[in-house]
Amino acid sequence: MDWSIPQINFQLVLPEIIITCFAILILILEPLLSKDKKNLLAHLAWIGIMIAFIANLKLWDLMETTFSDMFIVDNFAIFFKFIFLAGSFLIVLVSIGYLKREEMVHGEYYSLILFSTLGMMLMASSFNLVIIFLGLEIMSISLYVLAGFKRDDLRSNEASLKYFLMGAFATGFLLYGIVMIYGSVGSTNLEEIIKSIAFQKGGTDLLLWAGIGLLLVGLGFKIASVPFHMWVPDVYEGAPTPVTAFISAGPKAAGFAALLRVFLFSFVTIKVDWTVIVWVMAVLTMTVGNVVAIAQSNIKRMLAYSSIAHAGYVLVALVAGKEAGVSSVLFYLLAYTFMNIGAFTVVIALGRKDAENTDLDDYSGLGTRHPWLAIFMMLFMISLAGFPPTAGFMAKFYVFSAAVKSGFVGLVIIAVLNSLVSVYYYLRVVVIMFMRPPVPEAKPISLPLGSVLVLLISTWGVLQMGIFPQSLLALAMLSVSSIF
Amino acid sequence: MFNSSILTIITFFPLLGVLVLLVLDKDKLSTIRITAFTASLFNFFISFYLYFNFTSETAGMQFSVKKTWIESLGISYHMGIDGISLFLILLTTFLTPLAILSSWTAITEKVKGYYISMLFLETGMIGVFVSLDLFLFYVFWEAMLLPMYFLIGIWGGPRKIYATIKFVLFTMTGSLLMLVAILVLYFMNYSFTGAYSFDLLEINKIPIPLGAQFWLFAAFALAFAIKVPMFPFHTWLPDAHVEAPTAGSVILAGVLLKMGTYGFLRFCLPLFPNAFMDFVPLFSALAIIGIIYGALVCIRQDDVKSLVAFSSVSHLGFVMLGLFTLNLQGVEGGILQMVNHGISTGALFLIVGMIYERRHTRLIAGFGGLSRKIPVFAAFFMIVTLSSIGLPGTNGFVGEFLIILGTFKTNVVYAVFAATGIILAAVYMLWMYQRIMFGKITKPENENLKDLNWREKIILIPLILVIFWIGVYPKPFFVKMEPSVKSLIENANVKYEENKLFGESFYKNSQQMKQIKKVVSDQWSVTSYMSTIAKNE
Repeated sequence: MDWSIPQINFQLVLPEIIITCFAILILILEPLLSKDKKNLLAHLAWIGIMIAFIANLKLWDLMETTFSDMFIVDNFAIFFKFIFLAGSFLIVLVSIGYLKREEMVHGEYYSLILFSTLGMMLMASSFNLVIIFLGLEIMSISLYVLAGFKRDDLRSNEASLKYFLMGAFATGFLLYGIVMIYGSVGSTNLEEIIKSIAFQKGGTDLLLWAGIGLLLVGLGFKIASVPFHMWVPDVYEGAPTPVTAFISAGPKAAGFAALLRVFLFSFVTIKVDWTVIVWVMAVLTMTVGNVVAIAQSNIKRMLAYSSIAHAGYVLVALVAGKEAGVSSVLFYLLAYTFMNIGAFTVVIALGRKDAENTDLDDYSGLGTRHPWLAIFMMLFMISLAGFPPTAGFMAKFYVFSAAVKSGFVGLVIIAVLNSLVSVYYYLRVVVIMFMRPPVPEAKPISLPLGSVLVLLISTWGVLQMGIFPQSLLALAMLSVSSIF
Repeated sequence: MFNSSILTIITFFPLLGVLVLLVLDKDKLSTIRITAFTASLFNFFISFYLYFNFTSETAGMQFSVKKTWIESLGISYHMGIDGISLFLILLTTFLTPLAILSSWTAITEKVKGYYISMLFLETGMIGVFVSLDLFLFYVFWEAMLLPMYFLIGIWGGPRKIYATIKFVLFTMTGSLLMLVAILVLYFMNYSFTGAYSFDLLEINKIPIPLGAQFWLFAAFALAFAIKVPMFPFHTWLPDAHVEAPTAGSVILAGVLLKMGTYGFLRFCLPLFPNAFMDFVPLFSALAIIGIIYGALVCIRQDDVKSLVAFSSVSHLGFVMLGLFTLNLQGVEGGILQMVNHGISTGALFLIVGMIYERRHTRLIAGFGGLSRKIPVFAAFFMIVTLSSIGLPGTNGFVGEFLIILGTFKTNVVYAVFAATGIILAAVYMLWMYQRIMFGKITKPENENLKDLNWREKIILIPLILVIFWIGVYPKPFFVKMEPSVKSLIENANVKYEENKLFGESFYKNSQQMKQIKKVVSDQWSVTSYMSTIAKNE
């Protein structure tokens, strides 16, 4: 029997290799360092992310596949990896102060963040359903642990367990879906799937449709779309706040990366058929997210529902499809990463060791107590609400224009009415901060250097993408050609 | 060189003031006030340049600047003004320093944030009036909401939070639907010309099928009608006005409401002439209902400020009626009345603010007989009241006269109904004045009122001067706005006929239509096009 190891171009997986190495390095060093030196691991983590970022940069415009066509490096994947790495970088920075405050400086935290990032990167680069599954698992299992990282906090434990149980189900669905698709078309390679569907004359096979449905369930869970959103509020509320911010940015983007790659590449020939389902999903997701967010009195839960609503807007872009739709998703997710992590950073800054202070009432008079913090929060809130001249507006505008371009005017009208609803609860935070009398504070807040950096970087991102979006828009447009 | 950057300077100059304010210590109140006032006053002086260099020889856009902003989406930084927007910009730069001056002693908390909001607001308002790119326009339109939201929400009265959220949600309902309409226009323009552009002047050139015009007009008109506000979308206005601080009310009534009427002229009429003309009966009727309803509600108000607020509904009804006559007199009267309303109602709100600062009440029943105690105040109040009613010799007369004249030409019934509005205005304004100023002093608190101080006189004198200037010699205003208004109406009529002829079939056979379009745009008149065809045959 004659067999050989296939040619592998390791340069293409360099960013992933770097992340893995640093994650393992942190794990190895963790028991060797004394307690007060464990902060070094955090620095190791962000340095690793920076190096991976640069390695990723080098791959730009290098459209290639490796590992027997399982792994693809194209601009689409690279753009997504930028989003993941930027998100993880910000989270690592903001976690340094948080872990110190909560007295739980453990090195494996950073290691888990890196592993989770690795999973996302695999999902963005997958050219095979199996790799999507692998990436999703690496990402999710790290997240389950991270969600329960406050070991002696009941809510954190609950969040972790809930996330794990539901996530495990969702992964099961995803795997079933992959199996059925394999059963129908005989391959898990994305390109083979296109060919087989064409051969099937437009995909009339019931097995294929069952597979597509289950795939949508599995990925819909990760992006927090209705009706697979039940875990979101509890997990967001219970998990340590930096982890919540992390979950809301990276994994959601990774879910969309996989969703876009599979649905707009492999299933593009039968788009007309699945568009109906996604259309309904988008409407439900936006509406439920926005309407329920109004009723929340806890800011983490509010942001959880807002994150559901934002998933809905992105689904609008998925319905739109085409180049404009995909590039608007890229732009949107990048903008969302900045504004959401920025908002959570303010939430973290207001917390204490014994009290998280996440009730909306805790924000009363923040504008008087900490004007700068309140101004940052206001900026992120108006960006999330979609006021110009912020990234949130530009991103929404781009998504809606893509949808109008593809002729989904009705969907866009529903979407803008939804963003009207969202204005109410985002501005309520601003009302509470600036228009209510201040509440007395137990202890003065401390703003570690890491958090300040994150706030500044997010603010830069929000304003840059809102006022001078040209360069990033152009980049997002260049990133989608390989899909079509 | 200066001509092409002047609009940018005027728009963003207040932000320079914001930058200075940001570095100032928040406890140095007078420095903050002076800085804000100087910035806005200086901007007013800069805007003189527009007035003196504006030529009435052309109907086109002047001082225009066009630069690429977001290339990938065809968004340009395109600004320019014509005879319609010129006076609204001047009104904005004129009212802002007065509003800032009026808050000198009224605002004592969070002073720095207050003036920062005011200056941001000025930038937003000017931006709305100078933008010629739909995207740019929308950005300013929305961005301007936030400072107003803060002005009402932080420095407002007891029900401020309710009022401010109502204001934002009402306005956004309209504007978000307008955003969808803008996007639809954008892609229509693309499918017709093959180029992505939000440029208003480019989009103006494309014909729009009649069915689409209806919906697009409806979306734009809703946004503007809420802003105006037309009956029945006016319910946010009394709340916002009553709760807003004085300066906020002045700006709100003086400038923000004009954005709605300006939008009808700048966007609705040129873009959708057919739908616009089909909607004339409906909008005229709503305008007349607004005039009469607003006036009747005014009569029953106990609170001076809400009386003035409701009178805005009535006055803006006049403006809308004038614009929808679509003849020279009506539209010119409407534009002039926009300015007049800004001046008169702005002055009224300032006066109400001044008396409120002294007595801390706005209830009419709480006053009476003030004219003997504070004669200077009474004199100013009288002039402003008369100008609001539209007495000959004051600005209000010129505007309302032209509007009614224009309306007579198109529909006598409308004119008759509208004219009753003027009578009703006299009823509620004079009755209010009488109850506050004349009679015996019944409340002991009113015995020791102080008359106007020098700062308050400085605020009111410029307004009074403008009231008489427009009332006696309005010619400079008409000379400057006439070419623009004429060409606006002519172009709308041409496009109306053109759309009627080819509108439906334009997109079915676009190649052929492009040729027709070319011929039409070369000749720019339907009749000459018809004769070309006749000659060919």
